[in-house]
Amino acid sequence: MPAHYLTIAQAHHLLTRRELSCQELVRAALERVSSVEGRVHAFVTLTEEAALRSADQAEARFREGTATPLTGIPDAIKDNMCTRGIRTTCCSRMLESFVPPYDATVVARLKAAGMVMVGKTNMDEFAMGSSTENSAFFPTHNPWDLERVPGGSSGGSAAAVAAGEVIYSLGSDTGGSIRQPAGFCSLVGLKPTYGVVSRYGLVAFASSLDQIGPFTRTVEDCALVLQAIAGHDPRDSTSIPRPLPDYSKALVPDLKGLRLGVPREYFPPELEPGVAEVLREAIKVLEGLGARVEWDISLPTTPYALPTYYIIAPSECSANLARYDGVKFGYSAQGGASMWDDMEKTRQHGFGPEVKRRIMLGTYALSAGYYDAYYLKALRVRTLIRRELELAFERCDALITPTSPTVPFRLGEKVADPIQMYLSDIFTIPVNIAGIPALTLPAGFVGGLPVGMQLLGKALSEETLLRIGHAFQQATGWHRRPPPL
Amino acid sequence: MALTQEEVRHIARLARLGLSPEEVERLREQLSSILEHFQVLQGLDTSQVPPTAYVVPLTSVCREDQPAPSFSREDILANAPRPEEGYFRVQAVLEE
Repeated sequence: MPAHYLTIAQAHHLLTRRELSCQELVRAALERVSSVEGRVHAFVTLTEEAALRSADQAEARFREGTATPLTGIPDAIKDNMCTRGIRTTCCSRMLESFVPPYDATVVARLKAAGMVMVGKTNMDEFAMGSSTENSAFFPTHNPWDLERVPGGSSGGSAAAVAAGEVIYSLGSDTGGSIRQPAGFCSLVGLKPTYGVVSRYGLVAFASSLDQIGPFTRTVEDCALVLQAIAGHDPRDSTSIPRPLPDYSKALVPDLKGLRLGVPREYFPPELEPGVAEVLREAIKVLEGLGARVEWDISLPTTPYALPTYYIIAPSECSANLARYDGVKFGYSAQGGASMWDDMEKTRQHGFGPEVKRRIMLGTYALSAGYYDAYYLKALRVRTLIRRELELAFERCDALITPTSPTVPFRLGEKVADPIQMYLSDIFTIPVNIAGIPALTLPAGFVGGLPVGMQLLGKALSEETLLRIGHAFQQATGWHRRPPPL
Repeated sequence: MALTQEEVRHIARLARLGLSPEEVERLREQLSSILEHFQVLQGLDTSQVPPTAYVVPLTSVCREDQPAPSFSREDILANAPRPEEGYFRVQAVLEE
């Protein structure tokens, strides 16, 4: 196994036994970056020198005996999480030269754990998109097929791990932005319960939906990263105050006594046949591990989730992005006839087409005369979707679905049609609407392209999802297959 | 649910978003088509359903009021497009 395809657990084992040094590990990552990054384009900012310094500090912690499971492990952070002194662009012209004066809580926690950050990753502008083609800078390519998208919006974070440039990364998930790219790149991706991971220092998109989570190769690694970033933060008023479980303890390799539901609305006739076939095989594996599978689960409000999301998320986005006025930070158009003129020009030239589309949609949905028919209506449907999932979790410990209705699509295939692009998130969106956790993991391949399986659980059931995912990975080898890069 | 160009310009003004004439027409078409898809929600009876704005059952979260150092003025102004004598410079706000 080359050093760049190690898991966190494997690398930590080698570092602890002193069979590998933190400097060797970071150099392996940086060499991999220089050999593949020209084809993958996962990063918008590389921080090699800081990474080498962090590796020296991490090495000292191994000598002193203060290392954690993440100490010395090369990682990457999506470019919408603030990093003190390192530009944080959201892949927008608006923030192209913004250098945060503070670290996001997740970044501060990973620093305390001894991370070695290799760089900041590409994304759809302000996390709005499903392919990373909405980046104002350049698209990222899928390591499994360079002609195809890595998914989005956290496409850079997914591609960086899949290509072996780092061992894990962080993304953010508002409607599937961790899970869909994890599925497209054959990785493990977790969208934790809303409130489990602090959003302090995450550039806000849709505040009632946004949540940070990890990309890893294994479920075991996912538990390690979650352990480091989760927990109450007084600086995020939506952060849940409760003691943190020991997530790694949940990883027992059998599923006896667990009830898994297969909701029929997630297996519609138009689902790509290969995807359905992979999921059926995966479900057999879970049955073989002792789980009882319920096939007659129905979630009739599922088709309403997409329009509900595309009212709520743009409404919150239009409010959150009102702060980009060219006065305190970010891009600023100058020399207009008035303050208003400068502000309108700043926003016209600073934002790309998808961001403008969503600001317009949200402003419309919140405007006088339309608020009740759109925004308030969507919040009421949100209640129905949430209640329906809560009822399903009285019968099942988790639900199994495909992560996406298709395998990764081609670059350029959906850019001209916003609705087609929005439809690639139909299976991931209900989770954010309900605030529940969901884990995506590699379930197989169709024509050499990855297919992800998604596990949904009730609020705060991360341990159950990790247990199911870990058992599946003990019984299968899909996650060990590297891309042909 | 076809929007007019006038409506698109009105929304853009509410959002303080400058748009070229081509953008106005493109957004008119795209938003009209997206709003058409939203109509499906009107088929659900939600008259007895309360709205959910946040999924976490927390209300009025306040922390202890403990004084602590904040950011330095230099740190904050480092990102300002037009800093001047320790302030953000803007165009005149009041009109004659």
